[in-house]
Amino acid sequence: MTLAQWMPFIVLVPMITSGLVALLPGRNLPWLMTFLAATASTGLSLWVLFGIDAEPLRYAFGNWPPPIGIEYRVDAANAWVAFIVSGIAMAALLWGRVSVHQEIPERQNIFYALFLLALAGLLGITLTGDAFNVFVFLEISSLSTYALIAFGHDRRGLLAAFRYLIMGTIGATFILIGIGFLYMMTGTLNMADLAERIPAVADTNAVRAGFAFIIVGLGLKLALLPLHLWLPNAYAFAPNVITVFLAGTATKVALYVMLRFIYTVFGGDYSFGAVPLATLLMILAIAGMVVGSWVAMFEPNLKRLLAYSSVAQVGYLVLGVSLVSLIGLTATFVHLFNHALMKAALFMALGTVMYRTGSARIEAFYGVGRQMPWTMTAFALAGLSLIGVPTTAGFISKWYLILAAMEAGLAWLVVLILITSFMAVYYIWRVIEAAWFKPAQTDAQGATKVFREAPLALLIPLWIMVALNFYFGLETSLSLGAAEQAAQALLGAFK
Amino acid sequence: MSDNKILRIVARFLIPLIMLFALYIQFHGEYSPGGGFQAGVVFAAAWILFVLIFGLDLGLEVIPERAMFVLMVFGVMLYCAVGLANVLMGGMFLDFSVLLESPQAAQQAGIITVELGIGITVATVVMLIFTMFARRKREQDALEDEA
Amino acid sequence: MMDVVLSYFNYWVVILLMMIGFYGVIAHGNMDKKLMALGLFQTSVFILFISAGKVIGGATPVIRDGVSVFSNPLPHVLILTAIVVGVATTAVGLALAVRINEAYGTIEDDLIGDPSHEPEEP
Repeated sequence: MTLAQWMPFIVLVPMITSGLVALLPGRNLPWLMTFLAATASTGLSLWVLFGIDAEPLRYAFGNWPPPIGIEYRVDAANAWVAFIVSGIAMAALLWGRVSVHQEIPERQNIFYALFLLALAGLLGITLTGDAFNVFVFLEISSLSTYALIAFGHDRRGLLAAFRYLIMGTIGATFILIGIGFLYMMTGTLNMADLAERIPAVADTNAVRAGFAFIIVGLGLKLALLPLHLWLPNAYAFAPNVITVFLAGTATKVALYVMLRFIYTVFGGDYSFGAVPLATLLMILAIAGMVVGSWVAMFEPNLKRLLAYSSVAQVGYLVLGVSLVSLIGLTATFVHLFNHALMKAALFMALGTVMYRTGSARIEAFYGVGRQMPWTMTAFALAGLSLIGVPTTAGFISKWYLILAAMEAGLAWLVVLILITSFMAVYYIWRVIEAAWFKPAQTDAQGATKVFREAPLALLIPLWIMVALNFYFGLETSLSLGAAEQAAQALLGAFK
Repeated sequence: MSDNKILRIVARFLIPLIMLFALYIQFHGEYSPGGGFQAGVVFAAAWILFVLIFGLDLGLEVIPERAMFVLMVFGVMLYCAVGLANVLMGGMFLDFSVLLESPQAAQQAGIITVELGIGITVATVVMLIFTMFARRKREQDALEDEA
Repeated sequence: MMDVVLSYFNYWVVILLMMIGFYGVIAHGNMDKKLMALGLFQTSVFILFISAGKVIGGATPVIRDGVSVFSNPLPHVLILTAIVVGVATTAVGLALAVRINEAYGTIEDDLIGDPSHEPEEP
């Protein structure tokens, strides 16, 4: 079989495996199957990423020629996002086996089956070339995510999941309305076909309304600033594996879909010319960067702290889009990858401490640095990457973002990026200070609580992620090369 | 509610008909309006009517929860197996025309099998959702009685 | 004026239902009512799609002799999928509401209080 024929298996493997995993007994077997499926997806998407050239890979389901049938259409942009999503899923699973044993002692087969469904949904959104299929996969991944968030011990996880369900469904329904308007105006759902037919009807209110509905709906899924309210609690009260997985994937995929609609379906000229989208996105992105970082500076729950930092990072991602240039889009795509790396590493480190201490409050981290030096050192190093210190992956993203801002002649934006980076220094420093420079916690009798270093099963994946943060800070040919190709793939066809 | 004679007799009369109607929708789905989704829901509705009148315990004797769970996965697997079979035989995923000699017959056979898988999954999922809600309430009541 | 109302009748219905549903989701504190309103909101979109598929004078889209104008079946198929998604959403939402009720003793938003401050974290 050719590469194009293998490509849909990136989605099919986790989807089919999820059914099997639901039937498997015990705790290790479901994990193993899940991990193998995620690995297979990662391997396939890596293969696709390297094997792809100028022509997109196409796969027509049921051999129904598009636009009649559903088509998967993969260019450099999809392949890159699919690789990020499946790779983070693999890393989260590798780290998560022990953590899941502690957090979810029973019904692990259901948990892993849902995990695979969420993964298949996210990958499906990424690969599909059909607008309605995006909605279906979006709901598959979202519904399993709601259930996964509610899996934790914490009863507030239920509330977080419920609120996410309400907001997520409103967002998805908005997307559905938008797709409905486009379908009414053009009579097609295939993205490439839509792109051909929209210019003829572009100057109608129905298309404008469809555009607005889709962007707002995706903004909700993306947690763009005024629509971010579901994110902090959903991340904070989900099981740690799920937080690692979601932080690296869910918002990224929503951003990818937004880019796909902006550039491929509507075309850059329409999105940024006929509609003042760039200004709007830039205002919201800057607001997200500032507000997210500001709240993170004072947040006592460290999981929520990192979640608010994610809101700020979504701001960086969208900022790159709003600059409307090749280099800005490259910055966005490279930050998709780098942010997934650093946030996964940070949440893993946090989860590793929580494995011993059982709490994400900052008081629970007092003195932990001396008791669990390996874990907290990993946290500190991943924190450097989040701040954007040279030689880390985070530096590459920020550097490209600054280059894009300079190219657009917006020097004040560079200052703003530096200011929010200093805010990141502050909130990461709070954790470091608590871990190393505060006296260790005492129990009711006044005796010092002692936490042992975390087991190797958690430490090794964590350190691999930290090492990758530095590897991709120094050796950028893979990440930057792929990001640039992805940006060109989006811009190229419609510039 | 099983002590109400009217309900019992009407249910005995209706439940087989509902099931028959579900099967009709199921197996005429490939060339007239219908298909696995609708048939599955109608079929599950027959079972739910049974449970409402005769109680959940009897309903779970008809089909145990574990069996529902396995059937739910089986339906999805049937769907995927047909799809994968097409790939193995050299077609696209869910491209039924490679299954048999004549493409038309193969399309029909393929869609019927796939719809059967969908029907089984939808029916058992709806039953499972119902069972889980119904049982949850009973478990909570039992807990309260103890307390 | 009447023309505008009548010729866009389906859209008026959609807008009305959508606004009722959307208002309900935002205004109601009770989670069950929120889910009902959410269902109404989704249903309005289903009507939007399905009414777009109607071809005036068109028959059921099954090919047979003597019929040449068919309604567009595609929106129905799409909405069938969307309905299934809606059922799943309602089921997950109700399941969460049941568990919230078990954990907090209420499904009224106001009575639960702000989740970030109450109760003390473990």
